[in-house]
Amino acid sequence: MSTNTASKPLTAKDFKSDVKPVWCPGCGDFGVLSSLTKVFAELKLSPENVAVISGIGCSSRIPAYVNSYGFHGVHGRALPLAIGLKVSRPELTVIVTGGDGDGFSIGGNHFLHACRRNVDMTYVVMDNQVYGMTKGQASPTTEATWAKGKLTPGGPGINPFHPLVIALASGANYIARCSSGDPNGTAKVLAEAIAHPGFSFVQVLSPCVTYRPEQRDWKKSTRPSPVEPTDDPARAARRLMSDDGLNTGPLYVGSRAPYQPELKASVENLADLEQEFLV
Amino acid sequence: MSAPEQASARSTLIANVEDLLAHARTMEAEAAERYDDLADQMEVHNNHEVARLFRKLAEIEAKHIAAVEAMGDGLDLPELKPWEHAWDNESPEATEVDEVHYLMTPYHVISIAMHHEKKAVEFFESVVENSADPKLREMAEGLAEEEREHVRLLGEWLVRYPKPEKGWDEDPDPPNLQE
Repeated sequence: MSTNTASKPLTAKDFKSDVKPVWCPGCGDFGVLSSLTKVFAELKLSPENVAVISGIGCSSRIPAYVNSYGFHGVHGRALPLAIGLKVSRPELTVIVTGGDGDGFSIGGNHFLHACRRNVDMTYVVMDNQVYGMTKGQASPTTEATWAKGKLTPGGPGINPFHPLVIALASGANYIARCSSGDPNGTAKVLAEAIAHPGFSFVQVLSPCVTYRPEQRDWKKSTRPSPVEPTDDPARAARRLMSDDGLNTGPLYVGSRAPYQPELKASVENLADLEQEFLV
Repeated sequence: MSAPEQASARSTLIANVEDLLAHARTMEAEAAERYDDLADQMEVHNNHEVARLFRKLAEIEAKHIAAVEAMGDGLDLPELKPWEHAWDNESPEATEVDEVHYLMTPYHVISIAMHHEKKAVEFFESVVENSADPKLREMAEGLAEEEREHVRLLGEWLVRYPKPEKGWDEDPDPPNLQE
């Protein structure tokens, strides 16, 4: 990781690492990477004060492509890892990134409890409704009738997981949906999400051009939500009942105080710390 | 509101020469950065001819940033956030992330670049049409003319590359096969 030693403000380009992404050209995740790096520059963050944490999957490669601290963790476990980091280093800006399979299937339970716990961090899920890295299987957000997956002939046949409904019901403090086809609009929402105290959840519709090429149409079919975000969970829930999954922008902006345990004094002697873990 | 009406409504956000140059600077910077990103992508996918072309376009756009900054020498240009510009989404000159394919050819690269240069021309023309400030109109017309020149130049380049036949994106040994 390189840090800023000069006084010139960092640009989005400064937040891109030297590692070239291996995503398929055309992948929506390039748009999300662009949004994230723009936001870090706009918020005048320093690379050494940002940590990007992920699990496994195409989108979970993002920490390698960002010039900041990062951790490419195990499948579905990005959230508990990030929670541990944030509560012990509250001064850091912690961003969790991943895909719909990693976040809602393998890590589904962690998602519920991260919303509940409301630690001050931002979770960005690049939702392409498919497992891309393992080559095209139905994911939790795949529609019931998607018949192109070889493991699910005729379609998965079950209702898709609705991330915003679950986030709202579980207690996330900021909830929004974006489209990777609008990197600057997504950057605006991410800036709000990062600045908002507590657990912020942002679903980004991010096309998989290899296994779900029809998702390129999201750029045309998504539209800004016609209504302002609400701080009333009941009203947000009613909006979600008639949501077709294509409205973008913030949905819910809550006011719950973030969870932050009181930190013990720092340990001066590692041997003392080891003693605490002895059974 | 129709698309041209939206364009004219947005262009009224540009009230003076400083606003215009701030937009022009972002336009060139976003285009340059995206071309560089696309060159990286094509290198990763071993499409080196296209990668070189994207890199060359990035270098050209980088020179345009310097030219716009020189035009604004001594002026206090506003620092706009990415979402505060007078356009929807990204700047008209930036190639969108989903416009590319790993098997694309130089013909596609030049065609995409021409498309975005034309959008840049339309943007500056809408500023000319919607402003009453003679100084602002003159500068916007100058920038529009510069973009028209780029369109002409790209048109000359395009002649060198024949349009690929149908099926150019078919890969008998694709890197990703559904399992």
